[in-house]
Amino acid sequence: MPAVSKGDGMRGLAVFISDIRNCKSKEAEIKRINKELANIRSKFKGDKALDGYSKKKYVCKLLFIFLLGHDIDFGHMEAVNLLSSNKYTEKQIGYLFISVLVNSNSELIRLINNAIKNDLSSRNPTFMCLALHCIANVGSREMAEAFASEIPRILVAGDTMDSVKQSAALCLLRLYKTSPDLVLMGEWTSRVVHLLNDQHMGVVTAAISLITCLSQKNPDEFKTCVSLAVSRLSRIVSSASTDLQDYTYYFVPAPWLSCKLLRLLQCYPPPEDGAVKGRLVECLETILNKAQEPPKSKKVQHSNAKNAILFEAISLIIHYDSEPNLLVRACNQLGQFLQHRETNLRYLALESMCTLASSEFSHEAVKTHIETVINALKTERDVSVRQRAADLLYAMCDRSNAKQIVAEMLSYLETADYSIREEMVLKVAILAEKYAVDYSWYVDTILNLIRIAGDYVSEEVWYRVIQIVINRDDVQGYAAKTVFEALQAPACHENMVKVGGYILGEFGNLIAGDPRSSPLVQFNLLHSKFHLCSVPTRALLLSAYIKFINLFPETKPTIQEVLRCDSQIRNSDVELQQRAVEYLKLSSIASTDVLATVLEEMPPFPERESSILAKLKKKKGPGAVSVTELEDNKREGGELNGSSDRGPDIAAMAASNASTPSPSADLLGIRSAAPVGAAPTSAGSLLVDVFSEAGPAAPSLAVNDDGFLRDLEQPTEASDALLVEGSGDSDSAPPSEDPAAPLSEADELLNKFVCKNNGVLFENQLLQIGIKSEYRQNLGRMYLFYGNKTSVQFASFSTTVTCPGELQSQLNVQTKPVEPIVEGGAQIQQVLNIECLTDFSDAPLLNIKFRYGGALQNLTLKLPVTINKFFQPTEMLSHDFFQRWKQLSQPQQEAQKIFKANHSMDTEVLKAKLLGLGMALLDNVDPNPENYVCAGVIQTKGQQVGCLLRLEPNAQAQMYRLTLRCSKDSVSRRLCELLAQQF
Amino acid sequence: MTMQFMLLFSRQGKLRLQKWYVPLSDKEKKKITRELVQTVLARKPKMCSFLEWRDLKIVYKRYASLYFCCAIEDQDNELITLEIIHRYVELLDKYFGSVCELDIIFNFEKAYFILDEFLLGGEAQETSKKNVLKAIEQADLLQEDAKEAETPRSVLEEIGLT
Repeated sequence: MPAVSKGDGMRGLAVFISDIRNCKSKEAEIKRINKELANIRSKFKGDKALDGYSKKKYVCKLLFIFLLGHDIDFGHMEAVNLLSSNKYTEKQIGYLFISVLVNSNSELIRLINNAIKNDLSSRNPTFMCLALHCIANVGSREMAEAFASEIPRILVAGDTMDSVKQSAALCLLRLYKTSPDLVLMGEWTSRVVHLLNDQHMGVVTAAISLITCLSQKNPDEFKTCVSLAVSRLSRIVSSASTDLQDYTYYFVPAPWLSCKLLRLLQCYPPPEDGAVKGRLVECLETILNKAQEPPKSKKVQHSNAKNAILFEAISLIIHYDSEPNLLVRACNQLGQFLQHRETNLRYLALESMCTLASSEFSHEAVKTHIETVINALKTERDVSVRQRAADLLYAMCDRSNAKQIVAEMLSYLETADYSIREEMVLKVAILAEKYAVDYSWYVDTILNLIRIAGDYVSEEVWYRVIQIVINRDDVQGYAAKTVFEALQAPACHENMVKVGGYILGEFGNLIAGDPRSSPLVQFNLLHSKFHLCSVPTRALLLSAYIKFINLFPETKPTIQEVLRCDSQIRNSDVELQQRAVEYLKLSSIASTDVLATVLEEMPPFPERESSILAKLKKKKGPGAVSVTELEDNKREGGELNGSSDRGPDIAAMAASNASTPSPSADLLGIRSAAPVGAAPTSAGSLLVDVFSEAGPAAPSLAVNDDGFLRDLEQPTEASDALLVEGSGDSDSAPPSEDPAAPLSEADELLNKFVCKNNGVLFENQLLQIGIKSEYRQNLGRMYLFYGNKTSVQFASFSTTVTCPGELQSQLNVQTKPVEPIVEGGAQIQQVLNIECLTDFSDAPLLNIKFRYGGALQNLTLKLPVTINKFFQPTEMLSHDFFQRWKQLSQPQQEAQKIFKANHSMDTEVLKAKLLGLGMALLDNVDPNPENYVCAGVIQTKGQQVGCLLRLEPNAQAQMYRLTLRCSKDSVSRRLCELLAQQF
Repeated sequence: MTMQFMLLFSRQGKLRLQKWYVPLSDKEKKKITRELVQTVLARKPKMCSFLEWRDLKIVYKRYASLYFCCAIEDQDNELITLEIIHRYVELLDKYFGSVCELDIIFNFEKAYFILDEFLLGGEAQETSKKNVLKAIEQADLLQEDAKEAETPRSVLEEIGLT
């Protein structure tokens, strides 16, 4: 037992600890502890009142027992009693017990809070600190309720001792983290910020942690801290190594404070004030310069402290991402560390370079270190360092070095630690796809991946290779040949069998000419793997077999034989049995034509964000994949998939998506939607959805007049349960999520669409909404395309269409809810069925809500459904026109407006607009050839409204006179109002 | 700089000190301790002092027979945390005079008091060695005063039999 150097020893405690240490076995220890617990319990329960010293000693023993890992269920009250002792030593042990063994027993909390309150108001700094430490250690809600308003006062009071201020600042920070709602800085804000100027370095060190946390939550209120932090930093950085006396650590001035200051600055963008910014850049340069100076001490503490500041400065430089010079210097500095003999520095340099790689200013500089990083991947002895090297290779990869990096990662995979294999596989798969110029390389890479690390290749990865092969006919033959070769290996991974089965089933014919891979050879090769595979793979192989029957009629007898045998047709697995039975029947009764139709080659998959990337993002958590990386992927992804025609016009894109499936596809689409256009026949659906549990394929969007009309006539049947009724159910929504009021420009947006049906309805930083609509009679169908312009997922995405006020009884709008998630860069579509019941003036409202990075976005637009959309053009002769014109002569039937031209008065433009309006434009009717007249009938469910229009331009005055006569006066007024905005 | 917790354990895996700066259940604390002790002890001497663990970063260093192990958040600075550990060791060393594992076992309460003066709520409160020790010494002085005022204890108690 060592001599206790300071303070008073508690001999009883020391003896007890010695006893425990001398116990030879766990059982003996438990026995000794139980004896002690019994002893203490009897002392606490005994009639004789215990003196403070004994109480302290026993409480301390209980604490020791607890720290050994045993449960303690008594002694709390005695500890609370110690809090109110006026002997410091007893109070201190009481507080320690409470801090370590907090119990949310409400009765006790009240007593504890009372004791704390007494100590806080004692004006004895030592007692105050003890009480503050206890609050900071426990940090419970109850304590926040009791003290959150008191502590800021202590923190800023002029007569508070420095040590108390330090504790108060960090105590407040802890309470703020537990209960931010209870800590109201308000009036204290500026005084707290000014603690950065405090003379006592310890006070600054403590206060800055509080300020940093508050700044993250309320950057605007605390932004004055930026200039204060810069000047404080500047003073430290430029001080001589001994100026700061006790705050100098191994010749480094105030390393902790420096790091905290640099960290605080990372809560803000670069300072706007030129002088402040200049001073800061100077500091950062000085820090970088110092890294090049010879060390002032050989101790590792010196270099660690110095480099801690350096890394924090580099983080700030990366955070600003605006000073190319500093970024490149940072990169060079990290480059030196890559070869440092200290493992810690190599690790940190690799980690920090990952973020530098995503900056456009330093990406190239990072790339110059590729050989060193590859070497690290091969030779580092510590797996955590190798992991960092792999991350960095992934981050620095681009088209110029992709082949080298992928090859190195693949060869590393052969020996990689199990813990990081899955992530490595995903990374290789993503890089191979992202930078594939040559698809045979891509196919080779993925097959290698399956060969080397088959167990770690997730479904997403092998789905993807199949999607890409299906969408690119230039690689299909190569893929078939390569999988055929890979399957020759005596032991090949089941994932290889899956890919092989699928690809040979689709494209085996491309290599069947070679006798070495004749149809029967292919079949026998696949079937030789069959019995070693799991049920899902066998099911896939059965589908490949039926595809073989179609591709190669000569294999039919052999395959039918296989399907017919008991192990298939009587298989205990329902899925396998069903496939065997159905395929056998299909192959025997269907004619060649039917077979060919049912078993046709898979159509291309629709394009979507790579689901592999989504998986990696999920694995690493949000934020792990940098924005540039994602955008990069989007850009490059387009090239990979061969769709070079991706214009900026979302509507055009939407339109092309709707009519023909885009040639590019994404692997993962398979799960959520079957390929567009794969209209399944009842037998075929099994085949089409080899992978998918999703039921019916998405309805074909091909716009064909007949189909369109047919669909329109029964707009609601299919969608009963999911209908969003025209009348808004916003009443039931929580108040905070009420739909926003319509945008101020909503009317303007609406006006854009009076004379046209397609285009971009709305666009901001985050979202683009494209629209495409068609109308026939009193029915309409509108396609809305919501495009996520960011690289971050929109969560809880929902849209609601409402018909405000009387519009409810005039217009019937139905739609289905959309998918709640819109991935970064992705686009989703919503279909609206619209029925005009009677004429109307208002527009339906479209409310869109979603979460972007945690913030709720809520916006409301007017849907451009206007009464003129339901026009049927009516051709008529001059005579008829004027006769009708006269019939509609009641004053309320006419609406007229004279207005100044807002747009070009060019004849062709005007004609196009009038045609877009939906009426027939009548030639040779008006005696004045400058004038335009139109006729049409508005179709509503209940009635038809005849309308005549006359537009008289006056080019000299740049004016128009517009006259409308309709059989219904409300229609005249509304049309006049709408059209006056158009010319 | 927010430290989530600090653990001190021996080469045999015995926990000597635990300080938690985030609220966790006892069960969770035990699980974390078990997992980390195992992970850290399995690492070889020349390996790097940092590792990723769950969504945290672990920074550890061995001093003689004791491992000091801290968990920090993703944004935090590993090197400065390593020096937090070192400063704490220096404080213990100065206070006990050539500190050894036994000092921490027998005077665990002192080890906690020193830590509370140095770090509070997972943040550095006072990094000056002199100021931290001054605070502890003042407290010790208060104890001395208190002791003198106390009545003499029984003989039995003096030899530690109660």
